[in-house]
Amino acid sequence: MIFKNTKNTYFYLFGIFALFMAFLPCMLNTYWTAVFVSVGLGILLSLSLNVILGQAGIFHMGHAAFYAVGAYLTAILNTRFGIPVFYLIPVAGIASALFAGLVARPIIHLRGDYLLMVTIGIVEIVRIALVNDLGGLTGGANGIFGISRPELFGIKIKKDIQFYYLIWTFVFATLILFYWLHNSRFGRALSCIKEDDIAAEGCGINVTHYKTAAFMLGAFWAGMAGTLFAAKMTIISPGSFTFWDSVLLFAAVILGGGSQAGVILGAFLVFGLPEIFRGFADARMLIFGIALMVMMIIRPQGIIPPAPRSYILPEIWLKKLNNRIVSEKTQD
Amino acid sequence: MDTPLLSLENVTKTFGGIKAVNNMSFDVADGSVIGIIGPNGAGKTTVFNLITGNYVPDGGDIRFQDKSIIKLKPHEIVEHGIARTFQSIRLFSNLPAIENVLSGLHCRMKSGLFSSLFRLKSQQMEEKLALDRAMQELEFVGLTSMWNARAGSLSYGNQRLLEIARALASDPKLIILDEPAGSMNQPETEVLIALIQAIQKRGITIMLIEHDMGLVMNVCEKLVAIEYGMKIAEGKPEDVRNNPRVIEAYLGRDD
Repeated sequence: MIFKNTKNTYFYLFGIFALFMAFLPCMLNTYWTAVFVSVGLGILLSLSLNVILGQAGIFHMGHAAFYAVGAYLTAILNTRFGIPVFYLIPVAGIASALFAGLVARPIIHLRGDYLLMVTIGIVEIVRIALVNDLGGLTGGANGIFGISRPELFGIKIKKDIQFYYLIWTFVFATLILFYWLHNSRFGRALSCIKEDDIAAEGCGINVTHYKTAAFMLGAFWAGMAGTLFAAKMTIISPGSFTFWDSVLLFAAVILGGGSQAGVILGAFLVFGLPEIFRGFADARMLIFGIALMVMMIIRPQGIIPPAPRSYILPEIWLKKLNNRIVSEKTQD
Repeated sequence: MDTPLLSLENVTKTFGGIKAVNNMSFDVADGSVIGIIGPNGAGKTTVFNLITGNYVPDGGDIRFQDKSIIKLKPHEIVEHGIARTFQSIRLFSNLPAIENVLSGLHCRMKSGLFSSLFRLKSQQMEEKLALDRAMQELEFVGLTSMWNARAGSLSYGNQRLLEIARALASDPKLIILDEPAGSMNQPETEVLIALIQAIQKRGITIMLIEHDMGLVMNVCEKLVAIEYGMKIAEGKPEDVRNNPRVIEAYLGRDD
């Protein structure tokens, strides 16, 4: 065996996928464009959940709560104070992250299924608070309407095709940033925590800090997705942020397997496939349930589990490695 | 006399009604190799867990470089310069060897969320340096050619060595080895003995628990013998080995 650095094919795959998605709308009618807009939002949310669930291994089944915080904050600030939607993207992200940090503090040390139960509680509490017209701001069960369209460089974004490009640009930017994050000290720390949190703490990783940071980062992205959702729909209600929506996101990440490609595929299956099977809507949940069960049995690691990170070894080390092998061979 | 690197002062830890560690005191001199011996269940690993912050003592104090460390969390203790290996190997077995070592370097690196998310220049520079340092540690324990192998796929002996490399990567002043020769064969143990001596040459103080008396007598400058959570002997290896109480603890009393 000769040691050499392996070429990273990731960016080629990424480029091909980006190119494909850029030209896809040429082949789609408005209905399917709209479907791909919501699939794009689903991917965005699944990617944000993947930081928490896939990378750090925190069983979090209440992601819709953070999505709701972003969407409602956008709706309230936009309809009451007329703040343009685009400015609200980071604001919603920060608000969601702060909310996540607040709720994570007392629960982050819980393990596995115990944490899962609490996160289910969070999403229900948020939904009920919204239904009960929290502070007279959230509009109760009817929600909030009249959210204005986002405006970019003087162009009002209101057509499905415009939202398609807006949201998919977001998706690809997220893919790049999260890929970098995964291949860094931060990403490694999350992998270690997922593998064995006691060993991680024992070799100098502040486990509580990193778990909380993963939680807040995921919530930040979900909050931004919430803004995009509110702007797309112009009307939001508590019905869009239920426990069931959290379960779907959870299923997309678990089904996909935690890699970026897997999460995209998982989100396609969870949010796109039901549209294809609209014909037999009654049986949809049945098919979905069976598919999940079959997956758990034949491929519990998910469709595409994450590949190991690749490191580019400096020439000196490659030389050392290869020389050593030669010298070992001559000894024989 | 110089102040010792680490000193335990009347440390006590109880679990339920059982005194796992009872009024334990001893010093670890800077640059030395010290062995903790005792029969199974004597409380050796509990002592290690108290030093590394996994347990908080019920009484007494543990001082490292003349500072109390009993209130610190395990990761803070690693930052202060105490690294450890585990009795039952706790590697990140699904990650490659190099990443296991990089995780030891974690506390000596600075890149945070922001610089990682946007892959800033400073982050890339740091990654390069860290990768080089991690390879050096792998070379030090003799595992370079396995740098990219899944940690779980290595032999037990190599897994122990990898755990040592991970601990060394955190730049410790004191390294704590919990049964480093466990599940090693004779040639592997000999490599380990040479490694322990090489670690000492780097100026790192070593504390180890070991049942392999050959290894203990070979590398340790001082032994502490423990039974039922209490220190029964302390001193030069030869003296401790011939101490009647130690012999009694291991072999029982001849009534």
